[in-house]
Amino acid sequence: MSRDEMSALQGKRLNKLVNLVYHNVPFYRNKMQEMDLSPDDIQTIEDIVKLPFTTKQDLRDNYPYGLQAAPASEIVRVHASSGTTGNPTIVGYTRRDLSIWSEVMSRCLSSFGVTRNDTFSVSYGYGLFTGGLGAHYGVENLGATAIPASTGNTEKHVRLIRDLGITGIACTPSYALYLAEVVERMGLTKNDISLRIGAFGAEPWTESMRKEIEERLGLKGYNLYGLSEIIGPGVSYECKEQHGSHINEDHFYPEIINPDTLERLPNGEVGELVFTTLTKEGMPLLRYRTKDLTSLIDGQCPCGRTNIRMSSIVGRSDDMLIIRGINIFPSQVESVILDMPQFEPQYMLIVDRENNLDTLQVQVEVRKDFFSDDMGRMLAMKKALSDKLKSVLSISAEVKLMEPNSIVRSEGKSKHVIDNRILK
Amino acid sequence: MTIKQLSVFLENKTGRINDVTKTLARYGINMHAFSMAESTDFGILRLIVSDVEKAVEVLRSADFAVMLTDVVCIGCPNVAGSLSKILDYLAAEHIFIEYMYAFAQGDTAHVVIRPSNVVKCVDLLKKLNCDVLTGKSL
Repeated sequence: MSRDEMSALQGKRLNKLVNLVYHNVPFYRNKMQEMDLSPDDIQTIEDIVKLPFTTKQDLRDNYPYGLQAAPASEIVRVHASSGTTGNPTIVGYTRRDLSIWSEVMSRCLSSFGVTRNDTFSVSYGYGLFTGGLGAHYGVENLGATAIPASTGNTEKHVRLIRDLGITGIACTPSYALYLAEVVERMGLTKNDISLRIGAFGAEPWTESMRKEIEERLGLKGYNLYGLSEIIGPGVSYECKEQHGSHINEDHFYPEIINPDTLERLPNGEVGELVFTTLTKEGMPLLRYRTKDLTSLIDGQCPCGRTNIRMSSIVGRSDDMLIIRGINIFPSQVESVILDMPQFEPQYMLIVDRENNLDTLQVQVEVRKDFFSDDMGRMLAMKKALSDKLKSVLSISAEVKLMEPNSIVRSEGKSKHVIDNRILK
Repeated sequence: MTIKQLSVFLENKTGRINDVTKTLARYGINMHAFSMAESTDFGILRLIVSDVEKAVEVLRSADFAVMLTDVVCIGCPNVAGSLSKILDYLAAEHIFIEYMYAFAQGDTAHVVIRPSNVVKCVDLLKKLNCDVLTGKSL
């Protein structure tokens, strides 16, 4: 599809969407009326910048069904995102939403090289979380065999992977690493299993994690991006080139904005990713702010696809720390630490303010085999990390070497930052 | 003629040395000598203990980062100048000392030395008729 054809399609769909939400969702109608906007003002995709944004807080304020555009009789499924802070987010899907979801998810899998001959294990959690069922229906829709393994009981899962000759797996990258650990603990190697494709997503990951997973499980790992507010897994996907993730932009229209000024940024610049669900019926969203920070890549990909790509997520707009005026993301520190075998992949950033000057301390655990009785060598290890951090972060950080297993491990999403400045 | 010294990596935190000594006490391991090397955020606790293998085992299972280092332990008369004489001799023979610690009581002082070249250091000390201690004589 040419870019002009895509824009025309997006414009047509956007106009239809705006009409839908204006007439069915009081929240959007009120917002548009406040801005003196009528659905007729939105004719082309460029007109999207006139529309209001939607935030996670708006979703919470309208809990549970306030943003739903379809009548309850049309809703055939509901998912909910974890409500770690406040109300969970409830998303209702119509039958057509589910069919589009299966379709976009199949596109992702097909781009990874999955075919009907594959047996694919879905190891995202099944349930209210969109990961499990979302990936599941994509696998079935493509014609491959779905194994709804979900998470937990990993030894049994490894036996199934071996005995059924499972060739692909969809899971979080950290579960993939755990799986590799269990495979090794069971006395097996990557040669005993036939996994060839991994669809990894639902949490940020780095190139070094990709290398490690690929090495230990003997597969090729692809990024699968999605978020439950928009649809679930299937929003964007890597191709064989692995240079950014192609966005299913005929359904999910992406923009990058400056999170402070809310101005739209040109392609290539890093900012907050915003999506408009062009075809959704259950809970369509206008310009939903994902808080994920990335940039868009335009131009045709060497793989032949013409749809726009997003770079890997560099951080979350709410994770971003501003230290001495410099933007710092915990993921930057993480990638430095993952590249140094002397350290465990556990770290904590402590931000503080002394004499009106921001300070950053990076606590990191020394691997047992790298501990030395030689103080000089220990101090050199510390300096190597602080030098590397300085070159990556462009501010200096104080490194604190910690004993193995001394940094608190959190269940689920790891907490990596303690910002003591807020309290002062 | 060398002695296996236990080195433990410790975070600078109140009570952390106790965690090591408590673990050793629970398994009836006696400490003959120890010293603490510290930097701003961490320290290296160096110990000479009665049962080094067991100490490594119990400390590792309590999640401590532990390693063994060869050191030389000597006994010398507890009088002015006796250590100076030994160190002069080692320096003249180009033995570099990474660290040392000592304890004197009664007629004898015990000195633990971590030299750059352990084997050569032991040979030199024996030539000097120094009392080089073994694990058994501790």
